[in-house]
Amino acid sequence: MHPAFSVIFLTTLIGVGQGLFLALYTGQLYSVIQVLPVQDSPGFYGYGSLLALVFLAAGLLASFFHLGHPERAWRSAAKWKTSWLSREVIVLPAFMGLTFIYAMIHISGWNPVLFILGEDFIVNLSLFIGAINTVLAFSLFICTAMIYACIKFLQEWATPLTVINYTLLGMASGFALSAAFAAYVQSDLINFYGGWTITLTIFAFITRIAALMRNAKIKYKSNLSSAIGIRHTKIKQIAQGSMGGSFNTREYFHGTKPIFFKSIKWVFLMLVFIVPVVLLIAALTTNIFVLFAVAFVVQYVGLIAERWFFFAQANHPQNLYYQTI
Amino acid sequence: MTQLALVIDLNVCVGCHACVTSCKEWNTSGTAGFMSDYNPYDKDPTGTFFNRVQTFEIGKYPNTQTVHFPKSCLHCEEPPCVPVCPTGASYKREQDGIVLVDYDKCIGCKYCSWACPYGAREIDENQKVMKKCTLCVDRIYDKTLPEAERKPACVLACPTSARLFGDVNDPDSVVSEQIRDNGGYQLMPEWGTKPANHYLPRRKANITIHRDELTRVDNPLNKERQLPMPDDDEQTLDDVMSW
Repeated sequence: MHPAFSVIFLTTLIGVGQGLFLALYTGQLYSVIQVLPVQDSPGFYGYGSLLALVFLAAGLLASFFHLGHPERAWRSAAKWKTSWLSREVIVLPAFMGLTFIYAMIHISGWNPVLFILGEDFIVNLSLFIGAINTVLAFSLFICTAMIYACIKFLQEWATPLTVINYTLLGMASGFALSAAFAAYVQSDLINFYGGWTITLTIFAFITRIAALMRNAKIKYKSNLSSAIGIRHTKIKQIAQGSMGGSFNTREYFHGTKPIFFKSIKWVFLMLVFIVPVVLLIAALTTNIFVLFAVAFVVQYVGLIAERWFFFAQANHPQNLYYQTI
Repeated sequence: MTQLALVIDLNVCVGCHACVTSCKEWNTSGTAGFMSDYNPYDKDPTGTFFNRVQTFEIGKYPNTQTVHFPKSCLHCEEPPCVPVCPTGASYKREQDGIVLVDYDKCIGCKYCSWACPYGAREIDENQKVMKKCTLCVDRIYDKTLPEAERKPACVLACPTSARLFGDVNDPDSVVSEQIRDNGGYQLMPEWGTKPANHYLPRRKANITIHRDELTRVDNPLNKERQLPMPDDDEQTLDDVMSW
């Protein structure tokens, strides 16, 4: 497929936003059950969530560049019963809305206690809203990934690994940003977030490698014989039906040299996984904010390459009708 | 339930592209807006088409067959492009099974083109909406046309009658009959899309003749005897022609 940068930025930016929110909420939840120290409510959870919101909004903005008719985007919420894209269109603004409310609760300080579970598990409004928003964050990961995983004949995508990778990679990049954010505000959660970023990155590395290995030995169900319905082992295309190319020759091919395509795989394996982990280990031992920030930025740039590769790698069965590109 | 479709006979298609040009001519002149072209008379011409003819060479020289392969939307009975559409712009008509795009609802996200294994959908670079074969829905029900002309433009244009149009769910229709009698098949059946359009394969009319059948053994009137050679001084046709 031809990778569209609008979609690459959409999926990676909202992944960061979702991951950052999940990181912040985990911090708050752990502080309630007294595993982690409580943070400054407006400064940490509040502004942290606003930072997540910035990434989500940037992702949403990028998605509009993908549309031929952005002014009709509101229509895309209509078919949520059948379309994962429609579901994403509903869940993303809902998630953004609750993230904003969550941020505002912390910044305003109006955070009434709703109820108390057991003896001392105090559920206040922010914890309650955050719990709902956590469900939305994971739903959004599922919706975004299922847009691709549900197309069964795009065999590189049609696997649960797609959903797992979108979730883990989004969380890893979000936690990396949370570690940098914690280092910036000099919170004592640096080690917690840094440690989880490394853990999530390693998990994502394992599942992404699993997806790469699966796709390396994929067996395509369609071939030229089934595409035109002529049973012969030697079929040569003589004409493709157009002289100067068409939508079919542009949209479904990444259009780069094989050497470039292959090199992107090594680029993203280095930038998403190996370099950030090394940087984070260095950052955690030295506690320098810049190292955390660089780790996040490097991983994000790597994720752009990862998403490019994800799209470019998918081999659409319609390509069988276009043998020479 | 009615399912209108095309049946394309690869045995008689000569690859003349009349279906391509007539399709473009009819659909670019319609009320839904023109089908844009870019660099039509320049290097790398490109544009929106609902129908294209491709050519394949089957086998290895000298034992080859050339197959011309017209390719357009197959109006699947289980169209994978319809459920993925977030706006409902892509839909399948209940009454005749034609898969259509509502150009006023389409947001141009291209998701349906990804979800079609046949690559039958194209974005119109000018209108920024997804377009595809409509089976000439604006023509086949037009009461102002004589009944014989209420067919898709490509069907009317085909000089070899390689394109047939009708209801594939009606067992007595000409298309169903052709599919049954001449081995009509669907493209990429492995994805369960149940394309309504069918293709009729190349067919060779073979008869087996054994050597002893070349001369009739029961030939009482000796009708097929070898004619005697003309005499040396007798004029033959060769003499007349060389003169």
